[in-house]
Amino acid sequence: MIQLTDTPIDTANLFEAASSPRAGAVVLFFGTTRQWTGDRQTESLEYECYGEMAEKKLRELETEARKKWSIIECVVVHRLGHVAIGEASVAIAVSSPHRKQAFEAGSWMIGAIKDFVPIWKKENWADGTSEWIHPGMDQQEDDLGVVKMNAEHKAGNGE
Amino acid sequence: MKIEVKLFAAVRQLAGRESILLDLPAGATIAQVRQVLAQVAPDLADLVDQSMFAVNAEYAADHVKIPPDAEVACIPPVSGG
Repeated sequence: MIQLTDTPIDTANLFEAASSPRAGAVVLFFGTTRQWTGDRQTESLEYECYGEMAEKKLRELETEARKKWSIIECVVVHRLGHVAIGEASVAIAVSSPHRKQAFEAGSWMIGAIKDFVPIWKKENWADGTSEWIHPGMDQQEDDLGVVKMNAEHKAGNGE
Repeated sequence: MKIEVKLFAAVRQLAGRESILLDLPAGATIAQVRQVLAQVAPDLADLVDQSMFAVNAEYAADHVKIPPDAEVACIPPVSGG
């Protein structure tokens, strides 16, 4: 099951959504909004996506995961819009007869989401500035709306 | 042909709009979209250079020809998760 949502992820419900009498393992993963990245303080995150394509890519990733591992349930939920500190921005729940497959599939899924799915996060820093995260580009908007760039790699928040 | 290119994240913010309309020759490729986009919006050139493109919600390499009425999107490096 794939879901993009503007409302907080129902984390408690994820286990139920993935559990099955056939499962010997349910692996749950939550990517959460981190307050501190080194010495920089995050106030909140903002997510946007190319909706039609993001849903399509997530469905393709589920199909691919089901080919690679014997998965029973695969649930992926990603937040959009404003996400507060500590809240889950992404949730993955995978069940399988034995634990190895669920662990591997869940780990692969979050990596593939971060690499291929057209979703973007903006860091709203505690100092009032904000910055769209584009891995491989360091880009920062100051309060005048001027975008400065250099080639330095910028690691993003979230998972 | 007129092609509307969807913009996202920093590209959208920098352009100040959600899409940009380009006038391209029939049968134009993604490489031409990159060129024309950088000409009409030089501020976007660095980001566009680092971006992927999608045609009808599928990643498309530079040589891909754009069908008339296709939905084209500029996909800057993604950062979900």
